[in-house]
Amino acid sequence: MAKLFAQIRFIAGALALAFIVAVVTPVSAQQPSSVNPTASAVKEQQLLKELSKIQGRGTIPDVKSYVLEHPVGRDWRQWHEVTLRWIGGIAVLGMIALLVIFYLWRGMVKIEGGRSGRKIVRFTAFERFVHWMTASCFVILALSGLNITFGKPLLLPLLGPEAFTTWSELAKYAHNFLGFPFTIGVVLVFLIWLTGNIPNKVDMEWFKEGGGMVPHKHPPAGHFNGGQKLIYWIVVLGGGTSAVTGYLLLFPFYGTGISGMQVAEVVHATVGMLFIAAMLSHIYIGTIGMEGAVEAMGEGTVDINWAKQHHNLWLKDEMARIGPNESQRQPMATPAE
Amino acid sequence: MARMKFLCDADRCIECNACVTACKNENEVPWGINRRRVVTLNDGTPGERSISMACMHCTDAPCAAVCPVNCFYTTADAVVLHSKDLCIGCGYCFYACPFGAPQYPKVGNFGSRGKMDKCTFCAGGPEADGSTEEFEKYGSNRLAEGKLPLCAEMCSTKSLLAGDGDVIAQIYKERVSKRGYGSGAWGWQTAYRESIAT
Repeated sequence: MAKLFAQIRFIAGALALAFIVAVVTPVSAQQPSSVNPTASAVKEQQLLKELSKIQGRGTIPDVKSYVLEHPVGRDWRQWHEVTLRWIGGIAVLGMIALLVIFYLWRGMVKIEGGRSGRKIVRFTAFERFVHWMTASCFVILALSGLNITFGKPLLLPLLGPEAFTTWSELAKYAHNFLGFPFTIGVVLVFLIWLTGNIPNKVDMEWFKEGGGMVPHKHPPAGHFNGGQKLIYWIVVLGGGTSAVTGYLLLFPFYGTGISGMQVAEVVHATVGMLFIAAMLSHIYIGTIGMEGAVEAMGEGTVDINWAKQHHNLWLKDEMARIGPNESQRQPMATPAE
Repeated sequence: MARMKFLCDADRCIECNACVTACKNENEVPWGINRRRVVTLNDGTPGERSISMACMHCTDAPCAAVCPVNCFYTTADAVVLHSKDLCIGCGYCFYACPFGAPQYPKVGNFGSRGKMDKCTFCAGGPEADGSTEEFEKYGSNRLAEGKLPLCAEMCSTKSLLAGDGDVIAQIYKERVSKRGYGSGAWGWQTAYRESIAT
């Protein structure tokens, strides 16, 4: 009996299998003999045409590694190796050339009628501290920044690879750390001199008169003249932009991804180059360009005749405030040391 | 001399990550650094493809071009290598690289990224071939031993090919003509300014 049941089970099973095969075969026969699995597959060039980068999914925790391809780095390379060098070279060398020509033509702007010997306080100790903190940071930031752009073609052949790396690494650390005091300096500059740097009608006149650079003209000016206000806003806006873009680069992937960092570097470098050019003119007029100017940021006082010539409105206000006799003394003559 | 290249046959890659593991083990890559990774596109849809990606050792490499201290060099086999003694960790190669290959041991913190690390095509660095210093800084130098990169050698489906560009392109072409389809050599247009006609 058991044998019979087993045979029936076997026959029933065979019939069921035959039925399934009979039903399924025509279905599979309708499908094409060769399948093309790439028909619906992603295509590299198509993805790159649609978006500037190809991004997918990965299995490692590093999310930024899920970007497969990002060819725009090639454009950034063109910018960094060619365009930026032209911008920087023209801005910095062009400004130096302009200043040399200007100096040869105009020479040092003398104090008319010579020094009076009477001095007046122009900048307080705190103002001078803020100025020099920002300025010294700026000089190091500028040199270390220029090194990243121009060091390879200019310094590397002179120093050799090892010495150039030592210097560049030092310069990089200086650049990264001095960005912080520089930012504090820019913020303080913005705050302490804001009231004196709001543009007004006097500045329009000042610019129309060419800033008094045409000899024997004295356009009126307050505490800060039009040119100084221009420098102030270059420092505040240029410094602010440099700081923001600098921090984006200093803390990768906190603020932006790679594309954002490329843009940040373009802005940072462009602003930096123009900033350096602007500061060269600032340094020129504060030193060899004008007699009696450097002491304003040095000991903090200026000669009355200098003030009369360059900042007549400010001198008038100061005289009215402190009285003419007060200015004859030298308030900063004996600094507390 | 050969012109070394990588080619990932995306129609074969099964995203097993053996290449990633092989690379990390062979080169004793530090924690947090992945010289090679597998990226899956259109995950879960019929068009899904996985591609294993590392440094492609580009022709006229952008990383080398933008490096401010010129720490990169190209070997006779056209492998793009760099010197960790000269690298200042500025991150510029990372901005320029189309494949996200350069890695840094430390991310952020006042720009102290540390020395850049990337795929060496298992060809070590500027130190003497097979020396301890070379291994500690760059990992294995299999090329000097006449072997190819371990990621490709370990690939379970032979999706990842490494070797002379002409040879691996020929292998890929034969595969494509035999099976009748191929989604192309990913990254070749960007890295080598050429693609494989299939």
